[in-house]
Amino acid sequence: MVLSLLTAVLLALFLLFITLPVVSLFLRISPEAFLSSLTEPVVLDALSLSFVTATVSTVIVVLFGTPLALVNARHDYRGRELVDTLTDLPIVLPPAVAGLALLMAFGRRGVIGQYLDIFGIHIGFTTIAVILAQVFVASPFYIRQARASFETVDRLYEDAARTLGASRMTVALRITIPLAWGGLVSGAILSFARALGEFGATIMFAGNFQGRTQTMPLAIYTTMQGDMNAAISLSIILVVISFAVISAVKIVTRRKY
Amino acid sequence: MKVSTPATLVAVTLMIIAGLLVAGCTTTEETPGETTLTVFTAASLTGAFTDIGKAYEAQNENVKVDFVFDGSQTLRTQIEQGANADIFVSASTKHMKALQGGGFMENSTVAPFLGNSLALIVPVDNPAGITGLADLNKPGVKIVIGTKDVPFGDYTRQMFEKMAADPAYGPAYKDAVMKNVVSEETAVSSVVPKLALGEADAAIVYKSDVSKDDLTKVTRLDIPAEYNVVATYPLGILAESPGKTEAESFIAFVRGPDGSAILTEYGFDPIAA
Repeated sequence: MVLSLLTAVLLALFLLFITLPVVSLFLRISPEAFLSSLTEPVVLDALSLSFVTATVSTVIVVLFGTPLALVNARHDYRGRELVDTLTDLPIVLPPAVAGLALLMAFGRRGVIGQYLDIFGIHIGFTTIAVILAQVFVASPFYIRQARASFETVDRLYEDAARTLGASRMTVALRITIPLAWGGLVSGAILSFARALGEFGATIMFAGNFQGRTQTMPLAIYTTMQGDMNAAISLSIILVVISFAVISAVKIVTRRKY
Repeated sequence: MKVSTPATLVAVTLMIIAGLLVAGCTTTEETPGETTLTVFTAASLTGAFTDIGKAYEAQNENVKVDFVFDGSQTLRTQIEQGANADIFVSASTKHMKALQGGGFMENSTVAPFLGNSLALIVPVDNPAGITGLADLNKPGVKIVIGTKDVPFGDYTRQMFEKMAADPAYGPAYKDAVMKNVVSEETAVSSVVPKLALGEADAAIVYKSDVSKDDLTKVTRLDIPAEYNVVATYPLGILAESPGKTEAESFIAFVRGPDGSAILTEYGFDPIAA
């Protein structure tokens, strides 16, 4: 009795702690001010840039991550653990480290950047830098999920298809991927959400320029210094998206294939 | 005892919250025979005023100087909400005027004491070969400035407006320069590393924002007075300060030869009293 009461109090306090700040965002702005700030160029530019870059990043992550996850789920080879650890690394790395690492590699005097510089290719301060930062930090979310879903696919189906003469490619495309579909989609959604929220690595590596590298989180940080309404509006949009993402993942993963 | 556990928990939580609230406020502690001066100081003066405080305490053993360093806007809000302080040093006249209007300041003591001007900085190896403002409109030069909402970004834009109005440069110059801007930063602290790493070719910041350490990585080029925008820093004693005499003597020290020397060392231009 006392224990359950204590649990209830702890739960209530914790829920309040999480909910109150989020709700406060909604209370600090009138619906009119919210709607009018949605038409401001800084907000519109940030919204479209964020959606374009996060979508491109997610596509890149899926294209590169799916074969990698499939190989690591199905084949045991020397160094598999190392590959797994490396692909997981960006989850634990602070974004500041990711930003600095990207600068050291692709910056104008970076390990790769200095050679690109010879050809007049500059990645820093461009939308490409934003995408690189997002791919770097968001890829583990997809790859982990994809590998786990591939592992739950029963090998019987794949073997049956192989004995019936299907090529490896056909098996992957017609059997394994469709059976792992729910996990792949939820992984891609999580990866998209992480890319959308990326801040630290972006501001360090890509800089902050409206319409070119200023994504939603950077625009929130910037407008906070002057136009608080724009900052709150962008935050509300991100809260709504995050909520939708978590719900979508829950729905997708609940469904059985 | 058992029944009181959740109540205790709630009480403890409330006490923690109350504790945090109290810790957020500033209090002036008095030990017998020693006066404590609380000086609310704009964050850009952190280095200079820490040194000035030490120098002052070394000369006045019975006085302890406590600094609260934060953005001028934050300090102003704290004073309006009843924080106890003796002196307010603001990075902008706007916030000082607001406090004067609200009756928080001893108006006769408020005076501008410091100027801070803009400077052009380039990496020490200067890859784009920039020798002055006239080179900033060359195609391909990567320039970093502040966003329009932070003071150093606002002043930078004012400076380019002044140059656009001068036929020697003209509006085309301003447009070309703004086209070369690759990033708008919210803090000077993120500008210098971008130059030091060679990512950008030039930036415009407050002269005082470039520290002595930074000068090993970037070179500071002066901006001609006719285009430069000078920010004025005012300071003054609060109306409710309990130690006005001590506060006056501290201000006299800041504006005297010792204080001026330290401020100059940090890149500020002291205004003679």
